[in-house]
Amino acid sequence: MRWLIDYIQSYLSSNQTPGAAGNWFWATVYVLLVFVGLSIAVIAMNWLERKILAHMQVRLGPMRVGPHGLLQPIADALKLLLKEDIIPAEADKVVFWVAPFIVVLAAFTVFVVVPFGPTHAITDMNIGILFMLGVSSLSVLGIVTAGWASNSHYPLIGALRSSAQMVSYEVAMGLAVVSVIVMTSLNAEGTGTLSMIGIVQAQQAQHTWFVFKFFPLGLIGFFIFAVAMVAETNRAPFDLPEAESELTAGFHTEYSGFRWSLFFLAEYSAMIAVSSIAVTLWLGGWLRPFPNALSGPTWDLVFSLFPGLAFLFLGAMCFYNTARMPKHPLFKIQTIGLGTFGAVLAMIGLVLFVPPVRERVGDIFWFSAKVAAFMYLYIWYRGTFPRYRFDQLMKVGWKILLPTGLVLLILTAGAGFLEDPVKEWLKHVL
Amino acid sequence: MIVGGIVVITSKNAVHSAMALISALLAQSGIYLMLYAPFVAGVQIILYAGGIMVLFLFVIMLISIERTAKERQFNKQWLVGIAAAAALGGLFIAVYTKGKSLFPEGRVTYGEGQNIQDVAALLYDQHQGMYMFSFEIASLLLLVAIIGAVVMAKKRI
Repeated sequence: MRWLIDYIQSYLSSNQTPGAAGNWFWATVYVLLVFVGLSIAVIAMNWLERKILAHMQVRLGPMRVGPHGLLQPIADALKLLLKEDIIPAEADKVVFWVAPFIVVLAAFTVFVVVPFGPTHAITDMNIGILFMLGVSSLSVLGIVTAGWASNSHYPLIGALRSSAQMVSYEVAMGLAVVSVIVMTSLNAEGTGTLSMIGIVQAQQAQHTWFVFKFFPLGLIGFFIFAVAMVAETNRAPFDLPEAESELTAGFHTEYSGFRWSLFFLAEYSAMIAVSSIAVTLWLGGWLRPFPNALSGPTWDLVFSLFPGLAFLFLGAMCFYNTARMPKHPLFKIQTIGLGTFGAVLAMIGLVLFVPPVRERVGDIFWFSAKVAAFMYLYIWYRGTFPRYRFDQLMKVGWKILLPTGLVLLILTAGAGFLEDPVKEWLKHVL
Repeated sequence: MIVGGIVVITSKNAVHSAMALISALLAQSGIYLMLYAPFVAGVQIILYAGGIMVLFLFVIMLISIERTAKERQFNKQWLVGIAAAAALGGLFIAVYTKGKSLFPEGRVTYGEGQNIQDVAALLYDQHQGMYMFSFEIASLLLLVAIIGAVVMAKKRI
């Protein structure tokens, strides 16, 4: 018994990720935490997407189940689990059964290397970003097999579109990523890194987020990635594989019930995964904003109060809406429910002000906040952009993003090579 | 990996074969991981499992599955095939039993955390980079393949 407690506690004093420390217990705990957190994020994302889209289109969105439709995702999940699970008679049973699992596995496995903080990651791999791109590219296999196994026209066309799209945008995406890896090697030793934690530490060491590095080169790379990642996750305006006006629902037309919900889960966690790649590579991962302009212990303190303040703000929003609830007796339960929810959020906010907690969650908060901004962008795109035509999509991928990425890579390497000589020369001249 | 390989050649359905091939390739990348070569493992996943197999499936799906499933799958070269397989198997057994005397003692272990940097040093380093030339030759080969594909696809350039 004693050795078990020692084993568990031995990790707490080490300053590593559980994977690097080789501690099975904490690795399992982290895996479970990430899994639960991801599931909650997907549920929240479901609600937020419907609500925000509705408000963008001057509608109310879900309002009936729970106060402001807060319990709608739970009701939806229950409905999906209880729905009859249909396998089409002419479908290829085994492949039909395997396909959703490939997609979900690919979408969840990438979170092994996502760095929520310098020590808050399941593990830190030497091949971090390569692993993420590789495993997330496996999800296209699931989509293709799902479309084929359904043995029906719409899913097959959807699957062919999606495989063509994902394979072609992967190229531009890879070039943008390589330009960042070139940037990481600009240190005294001249060694770059592919590790996710290493990339963020390189940004810390160079005192800049890579999106601002060699302005505007970093920004262009970020833009290429931001376009390619929307195409990779098959979201609007690149949602041709599931264009409902042409293909009903694309590759998952024949799926229903639990299997369909697996596709749903995979789509949203893949969105979170690519957003966290973008945050890690260009937006400084877990680093807080303005580390140079607003530095010093006072600003550190101010920024460490942000997580608590964010939750307090959410709680205050809940209270505001509780006060605005109709006073009719039928709304009594909903009013109490919303008030309780607000109270819980405010309590979480207060807990986050306690100094030991504050120090440990700061990095997770900034990472999640940046990812959340990307999630909002996804919803925003869906609410505003019209869908591309397929030939336009291919044109953008191969004729615009790919050449830009190639030129960008060469320019970035050149800029990295010339940075020091030019500085020297400037010093000499001035 | 072996199970995957067996399913590849025994399955009548081309898509099932392709999926078994994917699992075999993934298992192979697992073997690379066990040999402390994470970079090769990652590249294996991206290139073979992610890229090439998608194109495989893409092509297979455009063929009529019903017609191919009915065709006879075994060709007339089974005698040569068995001979080749027996030779390869004999080689494996010989390596397994006499491997200690055939190969230099001891296994080179690389640090897991430095794999990519080691690969890069072998390729490009000024002092120990000895594979630069072969790397360039390999990329030239790929360039020839790309140009060949373009020439074949386009009637008039």
